[in-house]
Amino acid sequence: MHNLLFRSYRGVIGAVLGLMLAFGSPQAHAADFVVSNWDGYMPADMMEQVKRATGYEGEVSFHATNEEIMGKLTASKGAGYDVVFVSSPFAEILNNLGLLAPMDPVKVPNLKNLYPEARKLAYDPGNRFSAPYAWGTTGLCYRSDLVSENIDSWNDLLQPSADLSGKITMLATERWLMAAGMLARGYSVNDTDKKHINEVRDLLIDAKRKLLAYDDATFYSKLVSGEAVLTHAWDGWCNYGIAENANIKFIVPKEGSDLWVDTMVVMGKSKNKDAAYAFVNFVLDPKNHAWVAENILYKVPNKAAMEAVGAELAKSFPNMGMTPGELMKMELMRDLGRGQKDYSRASTEIMSAQ
Amino acid sequence: MQVSRLQTSLLIGPGLGWLALLMVLPCALIFVLSFFERGIYGGIDYVYTLENFARAADPLYLGIFLKSGRIAGFAALIALFVAYPAAYAISRAPRAWQATLLFLAILPFWSNYLIRTYAWIVLLNREGLLNQGFKLLGYSGEPINMLYSESTVILGLVYNYLPFVILAIYSSISRLDPQLWEASEDLGASRLQTFRRIILPQTAPGIAAGLVFVFVLSIGNFVTPDLLGGGHVQMVGNLIYDQFLTARDWPFGAALSFVLISIMMALLFAQAVLTNRAQRGGNG
Repeated sequence: MHNLLFRSYRGVIGAVLGLMLAFGSPQAHAADFVVSNWDGYMPADMMEQVKRATGYEGEVSFHATNEEIMGKLTASKGAGYDVVFVSSPFAEILNNLGLLAPMDPVKVPNLKNLYPEARKLAYDPGNRFSAPYAWGTTGLCYRSDLVSENIDSWNDLLQPSADLSGKITMLATERWLMAAGMLARGYSVNDTDKKHINEVRDLLIDAKRKLLAYDDATFYSKLVSGEAVLTHAWDGWCNYGIAENANIKFIVPKEGSDLWVDTMVVMGKSKNKDAAYAFVNFVLDPKNHAWVAENILYKVPNKAAMEAVGAELAKSFPNMGMTPGELMKMELMRDLGRGQKDYSRASTEIMSAQ
Repeated sequence: MQVSRLQTSLLIGPGLGWLALLMVLPCALIFVLSFFERGIYGGIDYVYTLENFARAADPLYLGIFLKSGRIAGFAALIALFVAYPAAYAISRAPRAWQATLLFLAILPFWSNYLIRTYAWIVLLNREGLLNQGFKLLGYSGEPINMLYSESTVILGLVYNYLPFVILAIYSSISRLDPQLWEASEDLGASRLQTFRRIILPQTAPGIAAGLVFVFVLSIGNFVTPDLLGGGHVQMVGNLIYDQFLTARDWPFGAALSFVLISIMMALLFAQAVLTNRAQRGGNG
């Protein structure tokens, strides 16, 4: 679900270890509350800042992927953590499993800093159980100096002209892989109709023959080196390429794209909910929340924070200037429930096709 | 020296405990997990089912097992053909040199597996060192794609596991009694005959150990196919990885893991039997 997911293979190895530990019990701790987040997704000295501002002593642990923290939380029935950062479909699942505490608007008054659009996202209208932390979309990231044609459609990625063939990368994580095909055919990114899944599978198998590689982790450096000229990319990660080469551009194809949201949730079994709410509230403070936009180049759903960042950043990184209105035109990625198996199978068929 | 039963159990205890706790127990957990259903939200529903194993036998997944076996098999054979002459040469080198040569053979292990694998990407990519070199030599066409194929994956596996095979075969050759060589030559055998009829059979355990080592490490590998295969090459390791980390289908991932573990165990068992037989043959 999440871009940071693929930051490094160290993370992957961490995830594997995490899976093994999932059977164990959460460690005992002296801190007032425990937060689990992706490594590097908040300031390194966050807990000292929180301590100074609220008096609560917090402890941080890291997860490399949504799946890893989900494994731990389902194994422990939600015990052991107070605040957890997860992508929206997983927040939705945790809520359906009854593992979350309600998001208390009295104890988290900074929820008012969020854009109105961020307060009525379809998976959690009214922020009853989650507070959005960062959001963005997926599109095409390309070298405008090496691509002569006009790039504006998912079909430019899936049915490329001959001179782009062999210089394209796609995301391999199944939801985004499938989304590219679904969107090209005008279907929903959450479509679980088997006929549509098979049609998209065949389309993506054809597309595979013209790819340089599938790449979730280093596509932007392939663009910088010129090894690839057109990549399927998350907006924030395209920015890392743009930072190194201004000829790199990001566009959202005309057929539309998905909206991803990373959220903070408070666990129902938290023994110190006041500390947990105080932490969430601290993060939603505009000057704290602005850190994400300034340092990770992800958009945050916090109106006051984005205004504090200013328009300067959007000059270098145009996608940072996308408005909530523009993001709302994208389709929220939801959990597929029983449809997940069909997606997994289709993506395995694509990956193993010759 | 006679070792008492108590001493034996004291000596074996820690190793056995380690294996039981970190090897047998997790494998047992995986085995149990593979008989349950995936929950609708990705957790585990504790409902007994055989569906995961039926799915693993589906031609789609079976095909991935076979392909992984083929890739691992090629990697093991190529590693053997590269390693045997190297190990032979090292064992025939002057004694004073052998330690240095072996040290050089295992030197790559001093750097991280990922870095060693990334180095190939730096060398082989479209804008990589080799293509740059071709350009300097006057090649002016489109850069050559050398990465992201099954052959690159095999190359990466061979490169990474080669030192193991060299070591296994070296230890096997260096244990040979030098008098065997002399006896064989005195009795009129040519060098080739000596090698084929004396050396090769005697080093079979080393060969088997090296082959099984590379095969077992390769068939479950998921990092090399991911990096050097660029996602074009899916091996069973990647499939299992995906079940746990993207599809959140632990029971199916467990069933696939269990099948893979069984294949590995069978091979290791066969190798142990072979070694055992060879040793008994040698002593008796």
